[in-house]
Amino acid sequence: MLCQNCQKRIANVHYTHIVNNKKVELYLCEQCARETGQMGIENNFSFNDLFPGLIGFGGFPGYVQSVQSKPLFCKDCGMSFEEFQKTGKLGCPNCYDVFSDKLKPLIKRLHGGIKHIGKKPSVHFESVPLESEKASSELDRLKDMLAKAIQNEEYEKAAELRDKIKELESKGQ
Amino acid sequence: MAGWYIERGPESDVAISSRIRLARNLKNFPFPPRMNRDQENELIQNIRNSLAKDNSGIMMEMTFVDMTELSPVDRQALMEKHIISRDMAESQNKSGVLVSRDEKISIMINEEDHLRIQCLFPGMQMNKAWTLCNEVDNILERNVEYAYNNDYGYLTCCPTNIGTGMRASVMLHLPALTMTGYIRNVLEACSKIGIAVRGLYGENSEASGNMFQISNQISLGQTEEEIVNNINNIASQLIQQERALRKELYNQNPYRFEDRIFRSFGLFANARIMSSEEANKLLSDVRLGVNMGIIKDIDVETLNEIMILIQPGNLQKSTGRALNPDERDIRRAEIIRKMIRDKSI
Repeated sequence: MLCQNCQKRIANVHYTHIVNNKKVELYLCEQCARETGQMGIENNFSFNDLFPGLIGFGGFPGYVQSVQSKPLFCKDCGMSFEEFQKTGKLGCPNCYDVFSDKLKPLIKRLHGGIKHIGKKPSVHFESVPLESEKASSELDRLKDMLAKAIQNEEYEKAAELRDKIKELESKGQ
Repeated sequence: MAGWYIERGPESDVAISSRIRLARNLKNFPFPPRMNRDQENELIQNIRNSLAKDNSGIMMEMTFVDMTELSPVDRQALMEKHIISRDMAESQNKSGVLVSRDEKISIMINEEDHLRIQCLFPGMQMNKAWTLCNEVDNILERNVEYAYNNDYGYLTCCPTNIGTGMRASVMLHLPALTMTGYIRNVLEACSKIGIAVRGLYGENSEASGNMFQISNQISLGQTEEEIVNNINNIASQLIQQERALRKELYNQNPYRFEDRIFRSFGLFANARIMSSEEANKLLSDVRLGVNMGIIKDIDVETLNEIMILIQPGNLQKSTGRALNPDERDIRRAEIIRKMIRDKSI
């Protein structure tokens, strides 16, 4: 059905609201739902519904072409990137490596950052070799922390981090 | 009966429960949606064997429940207690769950990810839930090799969960925010800062009975502690607002307020037929009344227990047979009357 708000786009967000003990149901398109601020409550609407849209249509310039030119498969599990676009689910840990170039912008869009700074397995045998620039990873981490410190207005911490970054950068040169 | 919900937690006048879940996968297996039956069995055996070897106290207490051996009603009952997810309850895969005796720890095996480690506590006890979850994760980590990389952290089937693999959520009862309509502003604000607000049973479920689940949307680029603190802060702000509004609503017209509460309590405690929707609505009013000291006959823990027992799965499980919707409504009213009669203070 069409969006009850704009009457133009297809309604794909179902919103239920109780007004004076009466159930009011709204069928909106994604855009109107977002604009009226009704996306927050996720009645009958899951992130996975939106997911294929996020990576497919209107996604990132450049990559649609590469999909057409040569289908990409994960050797370990047989997953194709096309299949991932449909389901939003990857096949195995190795997929992150195989589809790395295509996943990176998506992950950035989903999470904002693209660098894990949380817990690490203490018995970390061998990380999946994904990053080419291992040396700069410490630098990246510090830079992320610096950005965060500034955002949180922790200027003392930021100054410390800035000095560390400078030190590392001068060593690199 | 065991369970998180029969214990009193901090801030229990607004906060129902705190939950942490960690998504983990093993390195040498495809993710569950792409596993064949043999791999599914092998992984379950792997996890069970390695935990059987571990002699830390936590693991000795865990019982394994094989999903393929459960009836749909039993699965639903576990889901209603939040021990397993809806996805697992409906799954066709060879899957199972390890549950601790007090039902606070559950480890789902072969859900969307190989492991979903979950800790659930009553009230606002996010830090406690995280500490325990981390401990369980450490034990598992000693015995199996996780899929992990330096950039993306713990690798998960769906890229929405990578990084910490963590979802931290608090279940809040927000009747005053809902009645006054302020909840809309809350929902809007939350969606802007990467916080998801959902109904009682997670994704796709409705916010019935004024219950809202607040959780982090983003799992990569923040530490576990940051995520927990974030949710803690937002939850405590909401708790403050909710309390202030409850007082304000009461003071505006005490008679009308008490009248509403007692009418709901009267219906709740005496009705002979009770739909699930009506029960949730009334339960919300009764809970509000108990938490504001207006209703003194019962305590919040009893209400929590009722909330679980009147769900369709547990209802049928306690009756010992399948019930059609009409029979359920009658049985639901019976259970509520009995619980209130037996547990009156």
